[in-house]
Amino acid sequence: MVKSAKHAALLALLLLSGCHRGLPPAEFHADGKPAKLSDWHMVEARDGRLELNAGVVPYNLNTPLFTDYVHKLRTVWMPKGVSAKYDAKNTFDFPVGTVVTKTFYYPRAADGKFSDVARTLDYSGDFVGQDLNLASVHLVETRLLVRRKDGWTPFVYVWNKEQTEATLVRTGDVQALTLVGAQDQREDFNYVVPDEGQCVNCHEADMIGRSILPIGPKARNMNREYDYGSGRENQLEHLVAMGYLMDMPKLADVPKAADWRDPSATLDARARAWLDVNCAMCHNPNGEASVTGFSLGADVPEDHHLGICKSPEAAGPATGGRLFDIVPGKPDDSIIMNRIGSTRPGTMMPEIGRSTVDREGEALIRAWILSLKGNCDIVH
Amino acid sequence: MRKTLIAATLVAVLAGCSSQQAPAPQNATDASFESKLQEQLLDAKPGTVIDIPAGHYHLTRGLSLRTDGVTIKGAGKDQTVLSFKGQVVGPEGLLVNANDFTIENLTIEDTKGDALKINHGKNITIHGVRTQWTDGSQTSNGPYGIYPVKTQNVLIEDSEAIGASDSGIYVGQSNNVIVRNNRAEQNVAGIEIENTVNADVYGNTATNNSGGILVFNMPDLLMEGSGTRVFKNHVVANNHDNFAANGSAVASVPAGSGVVVNSNPKVEIFDNDIADNKTANIIVSSFYSTNYASKTGVAADYDPYPKGIFIYGNRLKGGGDSPSGLDFKTLKIAMFGIGGHFPDVLWDGYSDPKFTDKTLPPQDRICIQDVSGVVDADGPDGYKHPNTDMKPFQCTIDKLPAVTLNPEPKL
Repeated sequence: MVKSAKHAALLALLLLSGCHRGLPPAEFHADGKPAKLSDWHMVEARDGRLELNAGVVPYNLNTPLFTDYVHKLRTVWMPKGVSAKYDAKNTFDFPVGTVVTKTFYYPRAADGKFSDVARTLDYSGDFVGQDLNLASVHLVETRLLVRRKDGWTPFVYVWNKEQTEATLVRTGDVQALTLVGAQDQREDFNYVVPDEGQCVNCHEADMIGRSILPIGPKARNMNREYDYGSGRENQLEHLVAMGYLMDMPKLADVPKAADWRDPSATLDARARAWLDVNCAMCHNPNGEASVTGFSLGADVPEDHHLGICKSPEAAGPATGGRLFDIVPGKPDDSIIMNRIGSTRPGTMMPEIGRSTVDREGEALIRAWILSLKGNCDIVH
Repeated sequence: MRKTLIAATLVAVLAGCSSQQAPAPQNATDASFESKLQEQLLDAKPGTVIDIPAGHYHLTRGLSLRTDGVTIKGAGKDQTVLSFKGQVVGPEGLLVNANDFTIENLTIEDTKGDALKINHGKNITIHGVRTQWTDGSQTSNGPYGIYPVKTQNVLIEDSEAIGASDSGIYVGQSNNVIVRNNRAEQNVAGIEIENTVNADVYGNTATNNSGGILVFNMPDLLMEGSGTRVFKNHVVANNHDNFAANGSAVASVPAGSGVVVNSNPKVEIFDNDIADNKTANIIVSSFYSTNYASKTGVAADYDPYPKGIFIYGNRLKGGGDSPSGLDFKTLKIAMFGIGGHFPDVLWDGYSDPKFTDKTLPPQDRICIQDVSGVVDADGPDGYKHPNTDMKPFQCTIDKLPAVTLNPEPKL
C-alpha cells in the first residue's frame, strides 16, 4: 500500500509537471471577501505545484515565529507604480494594494498518511525558486494581509484535501495532524487555523493606535539573502530592484536581526531575536500584554522591563508557582520557561498560534537565562 | 482509460489518506452557534446589538471583539450560558479591545484563562454578568472572572464572580471606575482594584473568598493607582483556603482577610459590614510583606507604602481569631493567647523610612477610627516587637470625592 501510494504520487507528478500554464495577473480586491484563494492569483496550486504569479516575491525572515514546526512560504506583491517606504525599526509602510501572503505547509512524512507531517527545521529543500512540489508537502492554509484604503485586512484560506484550492474560513478550523520526527518519533497535535479575531490578536501590535500590521516585513528581519532560483540575492536589495521598496539606505546601514539558529551569532543576539519575533507582538509597551509591564522587543533594556526579577501581573496559575518572569541563571525558577514549555491554553505563550512546544526555541531561551548574571533576592 | 485510472488513483491517494477529526466534543448545533456568534462579533458595526438567546452553549474557541459601540445581550445570567469547558483555543472566553462596550445578562463559564477580559477601552458597562468555574475553587481555574484592564469610565454592577483562581472581579490600571452591587465568592480575591485611579466599590457582597476586597498597587506597571473608596459592602467570612498559584500577587493574601490595602495610596474604607474574617477584618500592608519584593525588579519610582488610608464608621464583628500563615498565627497567640483574636485592623508595620512620624504629611497618614483596635505587627523586624498602640492612627484625612461616570452608562 505504501509503495503503491508512493508510485501513484510519483506518477501523478510526472504526469502533471509537464504542462505549465500562465496565470491570470495577480489581483488586488479593494473590498469584499473573495471566497477562494485563487481569486487573488497570488499563490496557486497548478499542475502539482504551488506557483507564485509574476511579481509575487517570496521572502524569508532571519528569525521566524514558531507555529507547530510548520513551514512558511511568505510573499509580497504590489500593484504597478507604488512601493513600500523603508523604515529602520517598524514594519515598512506599504502602499494601498499590497498583498502579503503566507502559506503554511509541512513536508510530508516519509511513507506516512496525509495527516503525518515531518517535524523538521530543514527548510533548504522545500522551496527553491518560484514553486513548491505538492507531491512532497501538505498545504494547510494560506493567510493574507491585504492593504486596503482603510488599513490591513486579514483573510484565511484553508486548503482542500485534494490540495487544489483553498477556501476562505473566517471562524477558524482545527485539524488533527501528527508530527513525525527524523527517528520516527510521533506527536499527535491539533493544528489550529486562526479565526479572524485571532489574526488581529497578534497583528494589532499597537492596541492604542489599533492598527493591524504585518509583523515580519521589518528591515532587521528581512535583511538576508534569498535564493530566487536565479541565484542568491539580498532580499531588500531585490525588493528595491523590483521597485517594491524605496528610501532604503545602503545595505551596510540596515539593521540585521540574528538568525536564531546561526551558531556564529551570540547567544544573546539569538535569544533576543527569538523573543522579539515570538513575543513582542503582544509584549511591547502598546501591545496586548502591555498590561503586564513585561516587554520582550529587541531594544528593551535588560532589567525589570525585560521581566528580570519582575513579579507577574496577570499570570494566575500560569506562574507554575514561580515568583518572577525571568530569574538570571535559573530557568526553572523563571515563569517564562513555564509559559514556553506548556501547550495548555491559559498557560502557554504565545497565548494562541501553536499547539506544540518549540523545543529548540525553549532550549535557546533556557541557555540564555542560564547565561544571565545576577539574582532576584527578596527584599524584606 | 489509463488516464482516468491514474487520476482516480491520485484522488484516492490524496483524499483517502487524510483522516482528520475535530478534537472537541462539540455537537453541530453548538458548532453552528459558535461560528455564527464569531461572525456577529467580526461583522459588528458601531451600534450593533448582539442578542444571544437563552440556552447553554458549548464553545471551543475564545471569542474576541474589536469594534467600538457594540452591545452583547443575553436573556439573563441563568438563561444564557456560554460554556468553555471544551475550550481548545485562546485562553479567554471573550476578549474585548473596544470603546463604548456593553455586556449584560449572560454567564461565561469554565474558560481556560480569564472569562471576560476588556483590554484597553473607554466607557465599559458590565451588567448582570456571571463568570464562574463550575468545578469549584481550583488552582487550575482561570485567573480572572470579570477583568477590565487599561480601561476608563467603567461600570460593573449586578454581576457575579465565582471560582477565579486569582480575582473574581479585577479592575487593573484603569481610571474612573464604579463596582457596585455585585457578588463575589469562592475566588482567591473577591474583588480587586489594582493600580487604578478613582474607583468606588460599594454595595457588593464578598464572602467565602480567601480575601474579600483588595486594593493593591503592584510595581513595574505602566500606571500606579490611587483614590479608591470601599463603602457599604458586606465583607463576611472570607476564609476560603488560598488556592492561588505561588507567584501570583494574591497568593500572598492570607486566607481569612476581609478588606486588604496593599501599597496603594488614598484609600477610604467606611460604612461597610465586615465580619468573621479569620485573619483580620481589615489589613493594611506594604509590598515588602508580600515576599515578592526583589531589589532588582522594582522600578525606582514605585512607592511600596500605603499612604493616606482612612478607615472609619464600619460595622465590624468577629474575625482575627484564626489567622493563616505561621507569622500571624505565632503573633496572634503571643499577643492574645490561643483563645484570643486580633483586633479589627492588622498593619504589617512597614513605613516609609524617608519620613519620621513627625515629618509624614498629614494626608499621607494611616488614620483609623471606630475599630476595636490595631495591631502593628512589626513585619520589618520579623514580627518581634508588635504593639497595639492606637495613638499613631488617631487622625483624620480629607475625604475622597465620589466617582462620577461621564458619560453615564445607558442601560
